[in-house]
Amino acid sequence: MTTKTLASIGLPLPRWMTNLRAKEAIAGYIFLLPWALGLILFIVGPMMTSGFLSFTRYDVVNPPDFVGLKNFIEIFSKDRLFWPSLMLTFRYALIVVPLSLVGALSAAMLLNQALRGTAWFRTFFFLPHLTPIVASAVLWGWIFNADVGPINHWIRTLTGSDNAPGWFRDPDWAMTGLIIMAMWGAIGGNTMLIFLAGLQGVPQELYDAAVVDGAGLWAKFRNVTIPMLTPTIFFNMVLGIIGALKVFAAAFVATQGGPAYATWFYALHIYTSAFRYFEMGYASALAWIFFFVLFTFTYVQFRQSRRWVYYAGEVD
Amino acid sequence: MAGEAIASGRKQTGSGIHPAGLFQSASFQRAIGRGILYLVAVSSSAVFMFPFVWTVLSSLKRGGELFRFPPTWFPEVPQFQNYPKVFEIVSWATWTWNSTFVAIVSTFGAVLTAALVGYSFARFRYPARDVLFIITLSTMMLPVEVTLIPLYLMFSKIGWLDTYRPLIIPSFFGGSAFLIFLMRQFFLSIPIDLDEAARIDGAGYVRIFWQILMPLSIPVTATAAVLTFMSQWNEFLYPFIFLNTKTKYTLAIGIRYFQAVAGFADDTEPKYHLLMAASVMMTAPIIIIFFLAQRYLVQGIVMSGIKG
Repeated sequence: MTTKTLASIGLPLPRWMTNLRAKEAIAGYIFLLPWALGLILFIVGPMMTSGFLSFTRYDVVNPPDFVGLKNFIEIFSKDRLFWPSLMLTFRYALIVVPLSLVGALSAAMLLNQALRGTAWFRTFFFLPHLTPIVASAVLWGWIFNADVGPINHWIRTLTGSDNAPGWFRDPDWAMTGLIIMAMWGAIGGNTMLIFLAGLQGVPQELYDAAVVDGAGLWAKFRNVTIPMLTPTIFFNMVLGIIGALKVFAAAFVATQGGPAYATWFYALHIYTSAFRYFEMGYASALAWIFFFVLFTFTYVQFRQSRRWVYYAGEVD
Repeated sequence: MAGEAIASGRKQTGSGIHPAGLFQSASFQRAIGRGILYLVAVSSSAVFMFPFVWTVLSSLKRGGELFRFPPTWFPEVPQFQNYPKVFEIVSWATWTWNSTFVAIVSTFGAVLTAALVGYSFARFRYPARDVLFIITLSTMMLPVEVTLIPLYLMFSKIGWLDTYRPLIIPSFFGGSAFLIFLMRQFFLSIPIDLDEAARIDGAGYVRIFWQILMPLSIPVTATAAVLTFMSQWNEFLYPFIFLNTKTKYTLAIGIRYFQAVAGFADDTEPKYHLLMAASVMMTAPIIIIFFLAQRYLVQGIVMSGIKG
């Protein structure tokens, strides 16, 4: 078809182009074109630009000034928020992801019990996931209100004392607040639905065989459910960690990175350098370090996965 | 409710069994087990739903009622006029329109190009296809920060800042790797015999796409559209970086602006009750769409997880 159009506008065509195989390939590339253009314009081009900018000092007004490794040296030696924000982001991910995986798997197993009203329970669990992050930050801000919020009211009633956490106002509690908020949205979300499908895909014969061997509930869970679910666990884990490390909007709206930098996530650090101080070169260096860390971390997870993920269809 | 389940279980099992054997009976233990499961399901539903319920109830209170101590569950007199009031004090109608516009147009672009690109990956053989597909997948892991700064500089150079173009146009260029993956997986599940039969009848590639594959892909296309619409509606970072004028805001950044000013009352009372009403109004369309598309959506989400 494409060759015909090209020929019809009078382009001389080499012989190989009229052959069927080549025709198919050309058509395939044409359908791929929007993506390829997008990849160059909006991903590869910008990545190379930010790679270049990371070796410059650039304040948007004056042209970029090449400074070599100065940005990176400054980040590792002088930036007092770099290590704390990186560590804090990892700490957040390493708490939120395992907890929400356990929560989501438990919820999926609960929904897999054929209880009456399961469709309702599933909807109730899933709704928080649908709440826009900004809206959820706003509403949790109110629920965690230190003085008149319901949570603190219950804490005071239960403990009988006037001391209650200050949540988003309190450096010691702001992170916990954000973690609770994230779990609320994550446990019943896509992760749970994917687990549910995974559970339903475990062949019943395996459970029957386990029962014949005298397995109880725990043994069935430990030796059938978990091994069969490892691909699903791995998929959810990788996506969960990537998502958690990128956390921005929730913290930006709920705590603005505070109080006292207690929730100063790495993405906030990049944002502030770039769009508040307009140090575009420095911020690009921060972004590339982040990219590198994320890439390495994901790569290590894939390497590690060979040791514990079991693919039923795999041939050794 | 769980208590009832346990009680009714006891009644059923108790009827035919001698009291001494009651607690050892398997069916009694089963009933207890079920009862506990119901208890867990109901109480965790309550935990998940509590923030919603609290927000809706708060949105119907008078401003001062929110600060009452101890906090109360129900508004004294439900203040339904809180909702229209949000439209008066911030440009809520404009923001809603902006969000709707951006979400619909970019969803259209993303789904259309994802279908085309997915078609290419699923149905054509050409050099480097699988490598390109892996590149598509790996762009999903890219942190936005690596491209955000150059994009900002580029868009500012060509005068796109403070317009919707940065939010919309990338969608038309295969903006969502996840959607491409979803469409490809679905096309792969359609037998290739259909394409071949059509080709024998003289249909070209475009015709096969529009008249054979797309009509068969309506459910997955709908799923893709709903998922994209939702994520565009919720998107915070891009509009926040690229839009400046208050009347051009989308709901996500509008509500953040509202939150920032809600505490500093320019007249008499804080406006947290209105902020709660605003949160409800931003979330409601998403929940309604979810209920309408629930069946497809769950399928689509699950499909994305199958390959692992």
